[in-house]
Amino acid sequence: MKIHEYQARELLTDAGVPVPPSHVVQTPDAAMNAARQIGGRTVVKAQVFAGGRGKAGFVKLCESPEEVRSAAEFMLSNRMVSPQTGAEGIAVKRLLVAAAVDIESEYYVAVVVDRAKRCPVVMVSREGGVEIEVVAKENPGAIEKCWLHPHMGLLGFQTAHLITALGFTDKDQAKAAGKVLRGLVDVFYKYDCGLAEINPLIRTPEGEILAIDAKMNFDDNAVFRHKQLQEMFDPTEENPMELRAKDHNLSYIALDGNIGCLVNGAGLAMSTMDIIKLHGGEPANFLDVGGSVTAEEATEAFRIVLADEKVKGVLVNIFGGIAKCDTIAEALITAAKEVGFNVPVVVRLEGTNVERARELLKEANISQLIPAEDLTDAAAKVCANVA
Amino acid sequence: MSILVDRETKIICQGITGKAGAFHTAACLEYGTKFVGGVTPGKSGTQSEHGLPVFNTCHDAVAATGADVSMTFVPAAFAADAAMEAADAGCSLVVLITEGIPTLDMVRLREYFDQKGTLLIGPNCPGIITPGQCKVGIMPGYIHKPVEKGCRTVGIISRSGTLTYEAVWQCTTRNIAQSTCVGIGGDPVKGLNFIELLEMFESDEDTDAMIMIGEIGGTDEEDAAKYIERHVSKPVVAFIAGQTAPPGKRMGHAGAIISGGEGTAQSKVAALKDAGVTVADSPAGIGEAMASLL
Repeated sequence: MKIHEYQARELLTDAGVPVPPSHVVQTPDAAMNAARQIGGRTVVKAQVFAGGRGKAGFVKLCESPEEVRSAAEFMLSNRMVSPQTGAEGIAVKRLLVAAAVDIESEYYVAVVVDRAKRCPVVMVSREGGVEIEVVAKENPGAIEKCWLHPHMGLLGFQTAHLITALGFTDKDQAKAAGKVLRGLVDVFYKYDCGLAEINPLIRTPEGEILAIDAKMNFDDNAVFRHKQLQEMFDPTEENPMELRAKDHNLSYIALDGNIGCLVNGAGLAMSTMDIIKLHGGEPANFLDVGGSVTAEEATEAFRIVLADEKVKGVLVNIFGGIAKCDTIAEALITAAKEVGFNVPVVVRLEGTNVERARELLKEANISQLIPAEDLTDAAAKVCANVA
Repeated sequence: MSILVDRETKIICQGITGKAGAFHTAACLEYGTKFVGGVTPGKSGTQSEHGLPVFNTCHDAVAATGADVSMTFVPAAFAADAAMEAADAGCSLVVLITEGIPTLDMVRLREYFDQKGTLLIGPNCPGIITPGQCKVGIMPGYIHKPVEKGCRTVGIISRSGTLTYEAVWQCTTRNIAQSTCVGIGGDPVKGLNFIELLEMFESDEDTDAMIMIGEIGGTDEEDAAKYIERHVSKPVVAFIAGQTAPPGKRMGHAGAIISGGEGTAQSKVAALKDAGVTVADSPAGIGEAMASLL
């Protein structure tokens, strides 16, 4: 689960990490008033999950409250288009108006889970303000890491090591940086983060240490135990079909191709996409119906796949283990009746109750349904049918 | 031979009176597995629907039955605690089927297990099966082929459930038996991984070759490739799911995500090929690739 920058700032502030004064607003007038309250130069930032805000013109440095007003008006009335949004762009509903500060140096500070070492790791770099992936690729030596003990968290000597790596020699600045590191680690543990990142952390010419931008995401498996995160969830930032799927215990991700997929199991669903590509097709979605799928859920899965107007053919690939082939066959028949198949649906069934499923489908005699022998045959048939 | 479990292995089910626990214990019993009891707090002294004794705690269950393996079906919020209870009670192996356990719970669980020396399979996995002998998990038993004389035999290690069934079925239909199949699960922090299991299969005399099924996310496959190059003499076939998965999206499994340019299928395939592993291009080609090597 992701949250907005302004929400991440709230969590950081609560943990004692200093951020420049700011307000969240939803109208140009409120933006102007916020700028007046803050005083001096301010920066207006669109609050959306997608990156590429700066280049798209949705982060703007303003000299006056009037300038803030017009920047806010632009951002709230235009859709933001960036490489991460797709051509149609996204609407902006909230803006952050924050005090603009003079920057002497920029730093990078983050906590993530190191999968191989099976513990959280703190990463810091003096090369802040740019994407850490770029630093990792071009100058990996510029990133310093400390791995955290599962229970003890960030130890004193580790904090000292990271402060040195960041280059803070002034006593007050070192102390302030330590507070930032401890605060970020606290947030990471307290809220079950997947990522807690401050980029950039900055030093002003006066020697003040401030978090200018923060990005956080949270372990979906742990959101159930954090009421505060549940309240921060913004459904308007999510794909509505993906949310609808989730409500029916389905795991769905929309993609760009024209072949809809309906599969049981995440690994098999991914490799079904792969085999479609291998046969020259493009998958329209990832869809895992899960292990213990009911006929109702499977029927909903067909509705979701067929609701995508790009879909010109569907591949159903089921290896029945716990999920039974006849359950899927029943769902197919219901979906054919209710939704109607206006595109070819290639069906490959194997495993538990496959004979019963084949009988059911034969009796139902659905016109657009094309049975397949095996996985290769299924992929070839669906690709041939949409070509 | 086999690895980790066989017909002598004594197993308890944590969550045996729950819907999933009861259903899968029945299927495992039907397969011939030696289940000796179950744990459900508050139901001590009763019998499960399978006629097995139910205990309040793992400690009671292990003391009374001598079980050495636990199959855990406890809901995600309490699963890590339940698994640690099994470890503390003296189980040498815990098979954690549950999906959706918070990652930081798993971080703490691993620390605990490593200190105890307890082995873990999972979480978010189908479990482990030694065909014809012992099934501890949710996989359909009948697709597997037990080891028999004159029959070539593979060991299978996989991050995916149904994709494993696919690979198993492709082997079985080509008359290739399986010594043991282990679903290591789709989570970012887990128990036994490719390297430990490759090592076990390498020294198992009944295993002629190995199949490893990986997917996007993390660097487990790259690490396994390095290990194979130096320490594995038996043939290995691999398949990596998610060649077409977009970066930054979690593909069903919590661990299946390309982030920060790390964890792509391309990187894994290249590392495995460099290590001399035969990588199947298609999920339909795993069995055939294995057959051509044996």
